[in-house]
Amino acid sequence: MRTLFEKYPKEKRYTLSILQDLQKQYGYIPKDKLIELSQYMGIPLSRLYSMATFYKALSLKPKGKYIIKVCDGTACHIRSSKTILDEIENTLGIKPGETTDDGKFSLETVNCLGSCAIAPVMVINNKYYGKLTSSMVREILKEYGGADDE
Amino acid sequence: MMSRTVYVCCGTGCLANNSMDVYKQLKKLAQKYEADVEVKTIVKATGCNGLCEKGPLVKIQPDNICYSKVKPDDAEEIVKRTLMNGEIIDRLLIYDTALKRRVISHKDTDFYKCQMKIALRNIGEIDPANIDEYMERGGYKALRKALFQMTPQDVISEIERSGLRGRGGGGFPTGVKWRQCSKFQNFPKYVICNGDEGDPGAFMDRSIMEGDPNTVIEGMTICAYSINSNRGFIYIRDEYSLALNNMNNALNQARERGLLGKNILNSGFDFDIEIVRGGGAFVCGESTALMQSIEGNVGEPRAKYIRSVEKGLWGQPTVLNNVETWANIPEIIMKGSDWFCSIGTENSKGTKVFSLVGKVKNTGLVEIPMGTTLRELVYKIGGGIIGDKKFKAVQTGGPSGGCIAEDLLDLPVDFDSLKEAGSMMGSGGIIVMDERTCMIDVARYYLSFLSEESCGKCVACREGIKRMLEILTDICDGKGIEEDLELLESLCHTVEEASLCGLGKTAPNPVLTTLKHFRNEYYAHIIEKRCPAGVCPELTAYEIDKKLCKSCGLCAKNCPASAILGKRGEAYSINTQLCIKCGNCIDSCRFNAVKVKKEVGK
Repeated sequence: MRTLFEKYPKEKRYTLSILQDLQKQYGYIPKDKLIELSQYMGIPLSRLYSMATFYKALSLKPKGKYIIKVCDGTACHIRSSKTILDEIENTLGIKPGETTDDGKFSLETVNCLGSCAIAPVMVINNKYYGKLTSSMVREILKEYGGADDE
Repeated sequence: MMSRTVYVCCGTGCLANNSMDVYKQLKKLAQKYEADVEVKTIVKATGCNGLCEKGPLVKIQPDNICYSKVKPDDAEEIVKRTLMNGEIIDRLLIYDTALKRRVISHKDTDFYKCQMKIALRNIGEIDPANIDEYMERGGYKALRKALFQMTPQDVISEIERSGLRGRGGGGFPTGVKWRQCSKFQNFPKYVICNGDEGDPGAFMDRSIMEGDPNTVIEGMTICAYSINSNRGFIYIRDEYSLALNNMNNALNQARERGLLGKNILNSGFDFDIEIVRGGGAFVCGESTALMQSIEGNVGEPRAKYIRSVEKGLWGQPTVLNNVETWANIPEIIMKGSDWFCSIGTENSKGTKVFSLVGKVKNTGLVEIPMGTTLRELVYKIGGGIIGDKKFKAVQTGGPSGGCIAEDLLDLPVDFDSLKEAGSMMGSGGIIVMDERTCMIDVARYYLSFLSEESCGKCVACREGIKRMLEILTDICDGKGIEEDLELLESLCHTVEEASLCGLGKTAPNPVLTTLKHFRNEYYAHIIEKRCPAGVCPELTAYEIDKKLCKSCGLCAKNCPASAILGKRGEAYSINTQLCIKCGNCIDSCRFNAVKVKKEVGK
């Protein structure tokens, strides 16, 4: 673990970078790592906690195997991204920010993916799906093994 | 021997449409067939061409052919017919809706013809991973000119005279900022590039960092020379992985060539740049919050009694500009302030990059001279509204901006005219809305965005936006009362007055402008209890006009709730009990037979 920290000089300004690296490695920021980082950097745990909750890219909760990001940028919003989100919520039974009980899917909304030309858009683990309709969403989720019981 | 170069657009828009597969396939096949024929082909990945709607785009030079919506399966035909024999494949050409025919080069379309590229001059033309290509097109000449033919004061005066204003939204004169900072003799000084683009619907900064990272580096280095700074930072959103990659690569190449680092080009001047990854907080696009974030703190803005040019990053004099602003600098130094001044309007010089998105036919990035009218932007460049529906509004300036109604379509777009209309330039998102967009829902959308992104430091912003959001949600749910409008207006003014930074100060704009231009829609929701656009589920019912229905069944096919019944030969009908009011039927009907009911039965 130390090696991950030691990539950076022991300066306060690298805190965010280290937190981002932790997030990348574990998919979230484990509590013990946050405590370890606090001791290593000499920064109070409360301050690290406040950073981890302030920045959207950081999460204190583990994420699912497939992370579904539904774009709710303005262009997607006015091209009915709400319908897409409703469809996923209904199929998987989770709301944005939640993860399914089996740890398979996490659902998130993001503010803009800059792919407005193919709005509405969603991304599942870096694969883009554009010009979505509710029925397409249902098919795509099936591919990932979501809601087989239907 | 004939040599052809193939450019495959690999901007995020095209990548999302599988352009990487097209690129790989073309490269593979070009190599395979070259054994037989004498064709020298180079396949290159480039940055965004702007016309994301038609992506993936493949350009072939020197023939000047542009293919659109290319699939990996088309690669074989492209290699065999176009690359080896110079034939044009008709079906892959772009269909120009205005000219009603296919055009060979993308530059023949209205979408490109009305544009003027300064900040985007190299994007789509060069391989961003190769600094030589940037230099072939005149890159780093401006830096050479600044270092060896101009004094720091000359550089500042040139930028001042050009009238360049900050492209990140505020519109503060860039030259004035540099001049102020140069006067403080307190070292070290810092130069920052703000690449924390957060406005939903705006992606010009990402496109520049992905497609032409060197122009940003050159612009920053010129500024550093003029204010005598040795250290710079580029703050990039962590989500922009391609931009991070390309920028990192460009920095390394620039260092290898002696264009960055110690003793740049043997001039004795030192300057280096570091990348800082953003943490995904919208408020960090605000300059003082961004500096807090670089320092390793939570990104909260501070009051600006003392400006950043005096006390910015770590309390030192700092110049912060936005990506697009930096991209303009080398061109101004090379071509001179007189040239730059000749473009644009009286108080807004040069061009502006807009991302034209929403219910418009040609979605993408466009760069136009300041003073172009909204009508030209939407109808000529944008090609009009999707499905030729009725135009309702454009929204500019991101969440802090406002909505502009149809009567202002002939407004020339510049910093001041947009402000007068109650909106703002912002970073340049232009979101086109049609009759199927509910303006109350739009206002609510922006407020919910802002209430999440408010850092919580100022009470008025933290609590005020939440309360406004609750009121708007009530109105959308059919629980609005007439007094709400007055209350909204008064809350707007409080939030405006009592917030420290731009986020709170401009947060009421979406509400104020919709209240001003679309008050009737508010009344329709509150008094008549209906949503004219058919968006708010509680206040919407659809019906099928029996006379217009051709019983094609498309609506029934697209209905996710199986609420539309009927059979061929008879008009279809909607079962309102089952209808979930998603609007798929309206959007899919080609005969305009599905309508929003004038009265919503309770």
